[in-house]
Amino acid sequence: MSLLIYGTITSIILALYAAGFSLAYGISGLANFAHGALYILTGYSVWTFLNQIGLPYFLSALLSVIIIGFLGFALYWGLLLRVRGVPLAELIVTFAAGIAILELLMWKGFYGIQYSLPLFVRGGVKLGGVAVDYQRLFVIGTGIVLVVLLYLFVHHTKIGLAFRGMAQNERTALSVGIESDWIGSLSLAAGSALAAVAAVVVLPLGVMESAIGYEVLIYALAVAIIGGLESTPGMILGSFIIGFGQVATAKYLGPKWMIIVPLVAIILVLAVRPSGLFGQFKELEERI
Amino acid sequence: MAEIEARYRKKRLDRGIKARADTIFAIASRREILYLILPRVLPVILLLSLPFLLPVYWGKVLVYACIYGLLALSWDFLAACGLFSLGQAFFLGIGAYIAGGLSYYFHWSPFITLPIATIGGGVISAALLSPVVRLRGVYFAMVTLMLPMLFMKMIETTGLLGGTHGLSALKPFPAGWTGTYLVIGLFWVCLFLFRRIINEDYGLVLRAIRDDDRAVMSAAINIYWRKIQALFIAGAVGSFAGAFMTHHYQFVGMSAFALDFSILPVAAVTLGGPGTFAGAALGSMILVPLSEALRALGGMRMAIYCVILILSVIALPEGIFHYIERKYHQFEKLVRVG
Amino acid sequence: MKGEEILKVESLSKHFGGVQAILDFGFLLRKGEFLGVIGPNGSGKTTLVNLITGFVKPNSGKVIFQGKDITGKMPYTIAALGIVRTFQMVRLFYNLPAYKNLIIPLSSTRVKKLRGGEYGERDDVAVDLLDDMGFERDSFVPYKLAGSLPHGYLKRLDLARAMALRPDLLILDELFSGMAMSEVASTLPLIEKFHEEGLTIIMIEHRLKELFRVVDRVMVLNFGQKIAEGSPQEVMNTEEVRKAYLGTEVEG
Repeated sequence: MSLLIYGTITSIILALYAAGFSLAYGISGLANFAHGALYILTGYSVWTFLNQIGLPYFLSALLSVIIIGFLGFALYWGLLLRVRGVPLAELIVTFAAGIAILELLMWKGFYGIQYSLPLFVRGGVKLGGVAVDYQRLFVIGTGIVLVVLLYLFVHHTKIGLAFRGMAQNERTALSVGIESDWIGSLSLAAGSALAAVAAVVVLPLGVMESAIGYEVLIYALAVAIIGGLESTPGMILGSFIIGFGQVATAKYLGPKWMIIVPLVAIILVLAVRPSGLFGQFKELEERI
Repeated sequence: MAEIEARYRKKRLDRGIKARADTIFAIASRREILYLILPRVLPVILLLSLPFLLPVYWGKVLVYACIYGLLALSWDFLAACGLFSLGQAFFLGIGAYIAGGLSYYFHWSPFITLPIATIGGGVISAALLSPVVRLRGVYFAMVTLMLPMLFMKMIETTGLLGGTHGLSALKPFPAGWTGTYLVIGLFWVCLFLFRRIINEDYGLVLRAIRDDDRAVMSAAINIYWRKIQALFIAGAVGSFAGAFMTHHYQFVGMSAFALDFSILPVAAVTLGGPGTFAGAALGSMILVPLSEALRALGGMRMAIYCVILILSVIALPEGIFHYIERKYHQFEKLVRVG
Repeated sequence: MKGEEILKVESLSKHFGGVQAILDFGFLLRKGEFLGVIGPNGSGKTTLVNLITGFVKPNSGKVIFQGKDITGKMPYTIAALGIVRTFQMVRLFYNLPAYKNLIIPLSSTRVKKLRGGEYGERDDVAVDLLDDMGFERDSFVPYKLAGSLPHGYLKRLDLARAMALRPDLLILDELFSGMAMSEVASTLPLIEKFHEEGLTIIMIEHRLKELFRVVDRVMVLNFGQKIAEGSPQEVMNTEEVRKAYLGTEVEG
């Protein structure tokens, strides 16, 4: 029972980590390697609003999500636009921007026990003999709501359809009046905002430090690789595989072996189905 | 001013000496021989004599620069066939831990562990990454970025191979100069070898794979096998650097998988000029001493590399080396238009 | 009928999403034959080539080449076995000199095996090949960057790239598209010469006049299915072929 509950919680946290990355990649083919950095930056932004400026918790969180979303937008117009179309350069720019943010945070001394966010709701409940606090239930709720909203957004709104058109065929999308730079920047903004939302709900569970930024990036990439890039069901499946795998490993082999799970999962998946479980094997399926 | 711009434009012309020196007629005059040989021999002599000229501290920095230089060369080689690695630290770490493990547990001499680590590192890198070469795009970068981080975390949490303490008191190189000259020598060998390979037929095929893999496939060439070969070569070079580092510092720890080793080679290549190898070498010779000079800034250094990286990608995509090469071979003059 | 069978295609099918590109397609090709494939735009001709050469994996069916099942094999494996194609949109390396483009097929293991001991300098072999294709050896043309050559030359360079592999079966995917009349006139004899030397060729073409002059047999595709097969005259007299071509394009 505890396996089921903790497995679900871990999996949903992983899905939250990966959602923003997958969204941006799925739409505009931009791999945002600054994802982890934006995640942790959200934490510090909320903390600053809360403790230095003294805003209410909800307002700080909302402001932070907006700021980080805007930062993603700015990242596109400021840096990526200049190198768009050169995959290597896109990669280097997002990656370097991410590391610059993380290292600056570390240099500014943002680590230690005082940098933690308060829980939204205190207390907990017993589910089948396992104590679960409300914050974790809140995380599960947010995760489910986000995935459903994401699905509805992508499949049933005008801009969502434009996103999908972009993902499928950039040139055709251009010719019917969908502007690629706008979609690209919006997708990056949405991805960043999702990272921020994830940070707002997940970070109160632990202490903040820059290293978490790298961890989030690793897990987001692992989930994307296992599930297949640009596939929402794949992303969910990928997070559940790693999530349950880790919880089970921690329970039966000891917590120190947890880190092996993503590694083994990646190696296995890559060996069997290199494009991920739900990814389309695009290797040759292209017009010539 | 505007008037001049309207009627003249800059034209780049090859120096006459270049046109002649490119062919066999180079032997015709001493000047032309010098023109060809000087840019190749001068840096070699300079680097070989530097350990004597520099104070001890900067001599150490030089060794460091060569280690990074090897990683940068390995990165550039992979990039030549379209594989963009964000995890050079992985190659380095594998080599470092193989050499370290052999030295720590079996007390083998560096001259045995070094070849084993080089070959073994190449094999492991190629084997672990071989499934990924089938995919295009960012997959390779993503996987290579993760591997060193995961290995580092694995060593940290499981305590294998010395865990967080690392393996220390390993066998050093015999005399003081052996190590230094070993790494400098290999750095040059790699540089000239790679420059050679990439212009031979073998390298031509690799570059063609980067440009259009389908066309290469239709020419009956197994592109995946070629990419795996490239991975082996790049992995072996990276692993050599790691194994060397292990014995040179007589220590190997988790830091062998650190992000520095992934990001700095990329920065060096982009700054120096991708695709030339000389650019990679030049870039690391600039960036590593620079980062030593910036040591006082502590954690800021990484952020500075990143800023350099972004700036050079955006503002100077061709790199320093291309610029120097152009100045050496060509001159500019204003020509009348119309 | 000429020699033994070289290529057998059995009930091949391929759909992209909901679009049926090739449906239950089968044919037989004998050694030394010259087969023409025609059909309106979008009838699945290029998909057929992609299926045979391994660039697209079929949903069902079989391709058997010289007694070997090559269904779903990788393009390089198939090319190494001897089925070599040209591309409708030429795929060349534009930043290399023309003759260097041939180094790539020439450094494949197939060529190494075929040439055995008598292996000359690759560069010389490449220039020889280009000379055969009408790039005059003594002119500067073979040494120019491929990107600076006119379209007709590029098409012939692509043909040279295919011939460098010494194919057993050559598949020409709309070789003449975009070529000027004079270029077609100079390229056609080359292909006839290959055929006379015993090469098996499948030629996909929109220019029916030129095609009918050289082929032994024609196959007509429409909506991914074979609607007629036979000698050029037989085929053009078929009711269905006329219908398929009527109102679309009547060339030649």
